[in-house]
Amino acid sequence: MSMTVSLVFLAVLMAAFGGWLFSHSINVRPWEAQAAGVESRQMPRAATAPRVGLAVFLAVVTSLFALTISAYLMRQEMAHDWRPLAVPGLLWWNSACLVLGSVALQLAWRAARHEQPARLLRGLLAGGGLTIAFILGQALAWWQLQAAGHYLAANPANAFFFLLTALHAVHLLGGLFVWSRCLFRLQQGATPGAIRQSVELCALYWHFLLVVWGILFVLLLRT
Amino acid sequence: MADHGQHSVPHAPAGEFDDMELVHPKTFIGKYIWSQDAKVIAIQYGVTAIAIGLVALVLSILMRLQLGFPNTFSLIDPSSYLQYVTMHGMIMVVYLLTALFLGAFGNYLIPLMCGARDMAFPYLNMLSYWFYLAAVLILMASFFVPGGATGAGWTLYPPQAISPGTPGIDGGILLMFASLSVFIAGFTMGGLNYVVTVLQARTRGMTLMRLPLTIWGIFMATVMALLAFPALLVAILMMLCDMLLGTSFFMPEMLNLGEQSGHEGGSPLLYQHLFWFFGHPEVYIVALPAFGIVSDILATHARKNIFGYRMMVWAIIIIGVLSFVVWAHHMFVSGMNPYFGFLFATTTLIIAVPTAIKVYNWVLTLWRGNIRLTVPMLFAIGFIFTFVNGGLSGLFLGNVTVDVPLADTYFVVGHFHMVMAVAPVLVVFGAIYHWYPKITGRMMDDTLGKVHFWVTFLGTYAIFYPMHFMGFAGVPRRYYGYGETGYIADSMQTLNAFMSVAAIIVALVQLVFFYNLVRSYFHGREAGPNPWQATTLEWQTEHTPPRHGNFGAQLPVVYRWAYDYSVPGAKQDFLPQNMPPEAVEADDAAPRRSS
Repeated sequence: MSMTVSLVFLAVLMAAFGGWLFSHSINVRPWEAQAAGVESRQMPRAATAPRVGLAVFLAVVTSLFALTISAYLMRQEMAHDWRPLAVPGLLWWNSACLVLGSVALQLAWRAARHEQPARLLRGLLAGGGLTIAFILGQALAWWQLQAAGHYLAANPANAFFFLLTALHAVHLLGGLFVWSRCLFRLQQGATPGAIRQSVELCALYWHFLLVVWGILFVLLLRT
Repeated sequence: MADHGQHSVPHAPAGEFDDMELVHPKTFIGKYIWSQDAKVIAIQYGVTAIAIGLVALVLSILMRLQLGFPNTFSLIDPSSYLQYVTMHGMIMVVYLLTALFLGAFGNYLIPLMCGARDMAFPYLNMLSYWFYLAAVLILMASFFVPGGATGAGWTLYPPQAISPGTPGIDGGILLMFASLSVFIAGFTMGGLNYVVTVLQARTRGMTLMRLPLTIWGIFMATVMALLAFPALLVAILMMLCDMLLGTSFFMPEMLNLGEQSGHEGGSPLLYQHLFWFFGHPEVYIVALPAFGIVSDILATHARKNIFGYRMMVWAIIIIGVLSFVVWAHHMFVSGMNPYFGFLFATTTLIIAVPTAIKVYNWVLTLWRGNIRLTVPMLFAIGFIFTFVNGGLSGLFLGNVTVDVPLADTYFVVGHFHMVMAVAPVLVVFGAIYHWYPKITGRMMDDTLGKVHFWVTFLGTYAIFYPMHFMGFAGVPRRYYGYGETGYIADSMQTLNAFMSVAAIIVALVQLVFFYNLVRSYFHGREAGPNPWQATTLEWQTEHTPPRHGNFGAQLPVVYRWAYDYSVPGAKQDFLPQNMPPEAVEADDAAPRRSS
C-alpha cells in the first residue's frame, strides 16, 4: 500500500521520539522528591530553541511531502489512465543550481561562524541567486511542458508533476523570505555573529529542501 | 504590527537555565490586542473558540427542531439542513475543540505548568492567534456568500463536495478550503511553539517524568496535529486543483444532466484515505488533552496521587502512535480489500488497551481518595462515565461485520457524540471551573455550577442515548426528513421530539454557565493563590492572576512530581512541586506551615 511511505516516516519519527523518552523514563521514580539537577532539561546542549523549532517544522514539511508522494503512488495504482511524463532535461540543470545554492549557504554559515562579513555576503548572495535561478528554471520547465502539449489537466502524471514542483518551490520561496531578511540585516550593518543563527537555519533548511528535491526528482524520473 | 512602545527587560536568571527576554508593551493595544503574552493569547483563543462554538450550538438546535418537529419551521429547508450539518461538525471538531484545547488551554497552561515565562516564540504565537481569527472569519463569511455555506458534510467527500447539486458549490466550499488552509498555517505556528516550549523551556528540575499529565496530553496532541494536518492540507490543495484547474486527482468521470463533467479517472477513495489519515488522529487530538486535564483534576480533587503515572504517560504516547494506523475503519463501507478491513479492525481494537489502562487508572485514583465533589470534580467523573459509554459503542463500530449494517445510521452519530463531543466538552467545562480562579482571581459560583453540571450531564444522555437505539432500528443519519420510509417506526418520531426537547434544555442551561462566568468575574468570591490546594506550578505564582512573565524575579525550581497529595509522614496534604524536601514539615510538628 502506498500509504507505507507516510507510515514509514511516522514510524521512524515515533521510534526516535519513543527511544529518547524511554531513555529518560526507564529507572526513573517520578514519585521520589529530589534536589533539582543541572541536567533536568534532558535535551542535548546543542539543541537550542530555534534549532528544535526548525527540526519540528521540518518534520511537518516531511509529513506534507510524504503524504503527497503517497497520494502520487496511490493515484498511479488506482486507475489506468496514468501516462508517464517525460521529465524535461532542464530539470538536471535546475538540480545543479539547487546543489550549488545549498553549498553556497553552507559556506555562508561557515563564514558567519568565523566572523568573515565579505565571505558571508558572497555566500548568501550566491545561495539566494542560485535558488532564484532554480525556481525560474522550474517555471521554464513548466512552460516547456505546456508548449509541448502536456497540459496540467490532461493526465494525472502531469497534474502531480505540477503539484509536487509547485509545493517544493513554495517552500523555497518561504526560505527566500528568511534569506532576504538575513541579507537586509547584513546590509544594515549587523555583524556576522548577530545573524549567524538565521544563516545557520537557512543553510539547514536548504539542505533539507535539496534532499526533498532529490527524492521528488528520482520519483518523477522513475514513474 | 507597529512597535507599540515595546522594550525588552531582562529578568534574573534561575540557576544554570537561560531566562528569556520578554516584550513588555505599554499601551492597551500592545497588552491586550497584539499581545505576545501566552496568557492573553490563550484568552483570545478561548473567547473566539467559544463564540464560534455557540454558532455551531445554534446550528445543532436548528437541526434538532427540524428532526423533532418536521416541516414546522419554514426557515429550514433540505439545503440549509445539510449546511447546518456540515458547519456544525466542522466548527465543533476543528474550530472549537482543537482551538480550545491546544490554543486556549495549551497557551495558558504550558508556560505556567512547565515553569517558563512565556512560549518559546511569542511573536509566532501571536501570529498563530490572528491566523486562527482570520480562519474563523472566513468560515463565517461563507454563510453570507451566494448559495451559502457548503453542505458537503464535514468530511467534504468528493465528488459531491464540488459537484452541482450540493449546497454551497459557488462560494461556500471555496471559503471552507481557504479557511481550513489558514487554520492549518496558524496552527502550525502555534504547534511549533507548544512543542518547543515543552522541550526547551521547562524550568530547572522539571524533568519529563515530573510533567503534569495535562502537559503530556497537550504535547502529544500537538505532535499528532502537526503531523496529521498536512494530510488535510494536501487533500484540500488537490481538490482545489480538481475544482479550479480541471485536474482529476479525486474526480471520476461523471455525467451531469447528460453532460460529461470533463474529469476522468480520479479516485474519491484517495481523498478518503488522505482525509481520514488526518481525521482519525483528530479524534485523539481532541481526546488526549482531555485525558491529561481529567487526570490532573481527579488527582487534585481526590487528594491522591494519580495511579500509575508512568503508565499514563506511555498510554498517551501509544494511543497517539496507534491512532495513525486505524484511519481506514472510517472506510469499511467504501470498498477495500477484506484483509485491510481485518487489519484495521485489529489495530482499532488494540487502541482499546491503552485507553482502558487510562480508565482503570482514573478509577483507581478515586479509590479510597479523599474525594471533594467540587464542580470540576463532577465534570471529571462525568467524563469518565461518558467516555466509557462512547468508547464501548466504538467496539461495535470497530468490527467490520457490525459496522457494515450500522454505518451511516444514528448509531454512529450517538457513538461519536458521546466519545468525542460530550466527553471532551465535559472536560472543557471542568477545566474552566478548575482554572477560572487562577485566570481571574475569583471563584465561580458553586450552586450554579452544579445546576449546570447535572442538567448538562443528564441532558446529553437524553439526547444521545436514544440515538444508539435509533441506529439499530435503521434510521439513517444526515437525512432532512424520512418521507414515506416504511421501515422506520412511528415511535422514532416520538423519540426524535423527546431528544429535541432535551437538546433545547441543554442548550438553555449553558446560559447559566455564561451567567456564572460573567457574574463571578465581578462578584465572585476572592480565590486566593491556590484555592484547590493543588501542587502544580501555576498555583504557586506570586500573583493571581499571574502577571506577564508568570513568576517573580526567579523562576521556580522543581523538586517533585505533580502528584504529592496525602504524602505519608507529611503534615500538609499536598506538597507543591517547588517545595524542597527539607521544607516538608513532618506530621507530628506542632505549628502548621502555610504554603
